[in-house]
Amino acid sequence: MARRHRWITPGRLLLLAAGYAVVTFLLLPSLLIMPMSVGEREFLEFPPTGFTLRWYHDYLSDPDWIDPTVFSLQIALLVALLATTLGTMAAVALVRGRVAGRSLIHLLILSPIIAPNIVIAIAMFFFFAELHMIGSLWAFVLGHTVLALPYVVLTVSAALYRYDSDLDLAAFSLGAGRLQTFFRVTLPLTWPGVLSGALLAFIISFDETTIAFFVSGPRDKTLPRRLFENVEETVSPTIAAVATLLIFLTVALTVLALLFRRLGERRTARR
Amino acid sequence: MTLAAAVLRRGLLRRMNGRGRASERRLGALASWLLLSPLLVLFLAVFLFPMLGMLERSLFDPELTARHYEQMVARDLYVRVIWRTIVVSAIVAAVSLILGYPVAYLMARMKGWQAALIGACVLIPLWTSVLVRSYAWTVLLSRFGLVNTWLMELGLIEQPLRLLYTEGAVILAMVHVLLPFMILPLYAALRAIPADLPRSAAILGAGGFATFRHVVLPLSLPGVSAGLVLVFLISLGFFITPALVGGPQSLMVATLIAREISMTFNWGFAAALAATLLLAALAIVFAFNRVLRLDRIGDGH
Repeated sequence: MARRHRWITPGRLLLLAAGYAVVTFLLLPSLLIMPMSVGEREFLEFPPTGFTLRWYHDYLSDPDWIDPTVFSLQIALLVALLATTLGTMAAVALVRGRVAGRSLIHLLILSPIIAPNIVIAIAMFFFFAELHMIGSLWAFVLGHTVLALPYVVLTVSAALYRYDSDLDLAAFSLGAGRLQTFFRVTLPLTWPGVLSGALLAFIISFDETTIAFFVSGPRDKTLPRRLFENVEETVSPTIAAVATLLIFLTVALTVLALLFRRLGERRTARR
Repeated sequence: MTLAAAVLRRGLLRRMNGRGRASERRLGALASWLLLSPLLVLFLAVFLFPMLGMLERSLFDPELTARHYEQMVARDLYVRVIWRTIVVSAIVAAVSLILGYPVAYLMARMKGWQAALIGACVLIPLWTSVLVRSYAWTVLLSRFGLVNTWLMELGLIEQPLRLLYTEGAVILAMVHVLLPFMILPLYAALRAIPADLPRSAAILGAGGFATFRHVVLPLSLPGVSAGLVLVFLISLGFFITPALVGGPQSLMVATLIAREISMTFNWGFAAALAATLLLAALAIVFAFNRVLRLDRIGDGH
């Protein structure tokens, strides 16, 4: 909608005020946590007194925090690898292949988005409990991969739809096989889309709390699960510090994912 | 590589244009299924099979029984929790609509850096951990938290109010977390309105409000219903936020399920609750498929 007139009316002012108020509401809680994590007092306060990185140091030197962090990083890396590989293969088949019942498969792949997370989580809890896999690395990896796959398939499919498949055809005509064409023509041109899918998968896994709530063992738990347990128990600024780090990490990775998607759009734009 | 490919595309391809292109370009059925199979195996093993296992657990104990489902309506507490979940989800959807509409409207109307700014402010929370954002609310709403401190400093209250662990806190935090899911479909609908229409209305003499009421609002209704259904759907099974900012008096279905599993070890009943929740979600998705257009998400267009 283009702007109709430039003069300011009471209605427009109200709209602007309401819009920006809501945007502030969206950002404020996270923005307030950040300064609170550097206060010198033993409890959270705003505005903070003084400035210290002590709580960050506490986090980094406490194995009770670092072990879950490393565990989460391992899981998220494996999820990114697994989901990107399986998701890219599936996206190629769905975009370029001949698949009977394509829409049914689409529905199946999207269903982890539709099904409530709590339902997926407890179904997996029963499943992994029977296999005695509660707290095992692979329980998290497999569970998170299922959650991440719809997003990877969507991102990579979008990149493949934009990609000009005449280029594949050119490679075939020069004698390249399917695999060679994919790895030497298609992938070099669509990698930003694939990488942005991988980053999304990493974030989804690293942030995931609902499955982690049920599948974590008494010792083997992810960082979000550890955070979840402690939120109620203490008002320690260490939690604010961890939360701040998590915010920065996810924002950075999201921005990176969006940038890669942009880059991909530009690379595969049809001339 | 890129350059070579581009040259090829221009020269060589023009000549072979039309010769067996469609079949060349498509993968064979066997290759397609081979590529799909790892994902399908994973989904069958770790998603569909556990779901079926959950359904089985809700129906067999050890023989076929409807006991767990009867339990849901037999106890007052459970009926109240289910009813509260529906009401809270409806309120969250409605409040999100009221708060989200102005933002979506501004996003659709603005250009340049302002549009980018609002867009980023909506998208970044979407990808910031739900856990962290819910945690932020526990800090703000706690007994000696920011909200209470500010209210006391302003002299509005004498004693700290009990804000956390109430239904109000659950609604507030859920609106905060789910707002982007309302704004994005609204934005898509508003964006799709051709600029000519509001302009024509203005030329024909309609004021700002009349244009909005008779032109923009009716045309944005698909976005309104998509946002409402989406937020309601996610709210029904929402776990993290109610678990952190809600209390025993504001239990929702998801928090009740968690309780039955980790505190009372009533797994069969938890499975029945989850199965019911799943069926409700599926029913909503199929009933509103035309509004949500989930089948079109994957088409890449």
